[in-house]
Amino acid sequence: MKEAPRAAWTRRDLLGLRELSAEEILSILDAAQGFADISTRSIRKVPTLRGRVVVNLFFEPSTRTRLSFSLAAQRLSADVLDFTTGSSSTVKGETLIDTAKNIEAMGVDVFVVRHSAPGAAAILSRNLEAAVVNAGDGAHEHPTQALLDLYTIRQKLGRFEGLHVAIVGDIGHSRVARSNIWGLLKLGAKVTVVGPPTLVPGRFAELGVEVSHDLDAVLPQVDVLNMLRIQRERQGTLNFPSSEEYTRLFGLTGERLKRAKPEVIVMHPGPINRGVEIAPEVADGPNSVILDQVAAGLAVRMAVLFLVSTGTRRDPPAQLPGVTSPGEAS
Amino acid sequence: MSELLIAGGRVVDPARGVDGRLDVLVREGEVVAVAPDLARGGSYERVLDASGLVVLPGLIDMNVQLREPGRSADETIASGAAAAVRGGFTAVAVMPNTEPAVDDEAGAEFQVLQGKRAGKAWIYPIGAVSRGLEGKALAELAGLKRGGAVAFSDGDRPLRSAEMLRCALLYAKMLDRVVVQHPEDYDLAKQGVMHSGRVSTILGLAGKSAASEQVMVSRDLTLAELTGAHLHLGRISTAGSLELIRVAKHKGVRVTCDVTPHHLSLTDEAVESFNPCYKVDPPLRTQRDVEALIEGVLDGTVDAIASDHAPHSPEKKDVEFQFAPSGVIGLETTLGVVIEHLVHGRGMPLTRLAELLSAGPARILGLPGGSLAPGAPGNVTVVDVDGAWTVGPEFVSRSQNSPFVGWTLRGQARYTVVDGQIAYAAEPAPAG
Repeated sequence: MKEAPRAAWTRRDLLGLRELSAEEILSILDAAQGFADISTRSIRKVPTLRGRVVVNLFFEPSTRTRLSFSLAAQRLSADVLDFTTGSSSTVKGETLIDTAKNIEAMGVDVFVVRHSAPGAAAILSRNLEAAVVNAGDGAHEHPTQALLDLYTIRQKLGRFEGLHVAIVGDIGHSRVARSNIWGLLKLGAKVTVVGPPTLVPGRFAELGVEVSHDLDAVLPQVDVLNMLRIQRERQGTLNFPSSEEYTRLFGLTGERLKRAKPEVIVMHPGPINRGVEIAPEVADGPNSVILDQVAAGLAVRMAVLFLVSTGTRRDPPAQLPGVTSPGEAS
Repeated sequence: MSELLIAGGRVVDPARGVDGRLDVLVREGEVVAVAPDLARGGSYERVLDASGLVVLPGLIDMNVQLREPGRSADETIASGAAAAVRGGFTAVAVMPNTEPAVDDEAGAEFQVLQGKRAGKAWIYPIGAVSRGLEGKALAELAGLKRGGAVAFSDGDRPLRSAEMLRCALLYAKMLDRVVVQHPEDYDLAKQGVMHSGRVSTILGLAGKSAASEQVMVSRDLTLAELTGAHLHLGRISTAGSLELIRVAKHKGVRVTCDVTPHHLSLTDEAVESFNPCYKVDPPLRTQRDVEALIEGVLDGTVDAIASDHAPHSPEKKDVEFQFAPSGVIGLETTLGVVIEHLVHGRGMPLTRLAELLSAGPARILGLPGGSLAPGAPGNVTVVDVDGAWTVGPEFVSRSQNSPFVGWTLRGQARYTVVDGQIAYAAEPAPAG
């Protein structure tokens, strides 16, 4: 690693992008850029985290995120443990906190946590000494996915200020969308979320993004199209009638892409439902940066594992939100 | 002969229009006299010095869950009754959502008996509306009444079927009892774990909209009007619900309602911590809702404040937010939160405090008490309105799931008198 990260990073956890400043986000992207070089060397490994232990604590099935974190940790010479189990309130009657504390007692430095419950990573960060990296907590945040998306955008377009990014799909249930929204807004991009109103609640406007239910109207305006995976299990429910109808309205086909700027980049966090949210000719076409995203993910995760290993945990805020003081507005 | 004189306090008894420095004489478990300077006139078996304190008719909490039978690790009637008197409550009405549910005469009698054995606050069972709380068939409401039930409710399970509620209201009316409903439309509430709004959108937690409550309130008010029966809507949480109730009351519908201390003092922003102690049903709402509820408390639209005391042991409650059971304990903090936030914070008169925590619940449930009239039960709460104290972390309740731990509150029960006996006495506040 040649470039030193910006001085902004002092945290011991990466729980989400909402709590980060633009400076902190950029410091991760800068560090990632330094680590990206390692993948091009003949010996693709550095001793940065030798002797440290990283555990992947996954309560939800995941292949690519877990592999990406494992490889990132191995390239930093850390020892890697994998703990994968089903998502429920307890594992063999043991609570999340007890499970994590037991593993921590083996001498773990960094927890990489994937869980179906929003706040799972935050709960662990309050209960563990080790650093905690959120690898996806329910529909709340998936910060490393958004960071790799940001990294890819910067790599391809060179800036954030003035860019217009459309995020298309099941925004309401998406942690990827939320983390992207926070990151993009902090870095000065404009964001439009697109999809049917059952999946894209109008309330998202309160987060500072535009809400649209008309992909064709949005397409000509945007520099980046981030197509989210549609969960087929949601079809035929009240969310949307069928994947065919979804594709007709919101699927990115080659024909539809002609409405967009020629230099638009097309992103997808994977895994792809070919022919549902994105047509094969678009996923494999010249505008697609999907495989660049995967490569960026490795560099970003190396940067994150490195940075949290050097950070310190901040004291919690003295004043909790949501507590109304007596006499307020009286 | 047992005799107790509560001397020199400020007696506030809105049912009799009393507010002044008076002595209260309780003999053989009954209020005998409320008059000035009784202390000077003679000698008494026991005298409580209430100077500088406020003397209220015994407080009544009309919405409490005590987990017995079935979940005694979380709470028992004995531990709940002890927590009640520590919080100043001389009587509590207990929801039937136990295991098994209190849906027959024997179940109600058991709770009354356990209350007598505990010998602290009086225990009034609220019987189930439907057998097993399943919402399918009416429970034996007359039998429940014989067993001691003072009202009927399916607790935290709203009656989904409109026809079920209609029949329950008619039957309860025949028995001169109120039906207590916690209004929520299941379909609209879905799997929501917090208020549906800006905060739930940020956190990615499934939300319950204000509409999920208001749709049910509308339906229930329509049925109360149709049947002419007394309907009580418990733990109202939204500005819209309150507005619907206000209009219905204006029309003469026999509806009453209560709110909880946490819905008067906390908003959905608290959930940003993902701390399950902020997970309650109905969920914490917005500042706008809090303001509307306070307005309703002050203007009389709200008839009572009830704790919705819901004990959960730590191993059940300290889990991921979405997996945690809903509910917080409240018996030991309700009086303090209400005095701090409403009396000190909003200038609410003490007569209104007595109304919301004693006279109101007594009237709604048709209980003796709620007043210090001669002949009334010797249940009296003596309150230090100004002394500050810090909440928790230990509680008399078997469970500790309070959202108020660490808060400094003014307002605390100094003596809780039940049946003319001192059931709870606080350590005297340190001088200075």
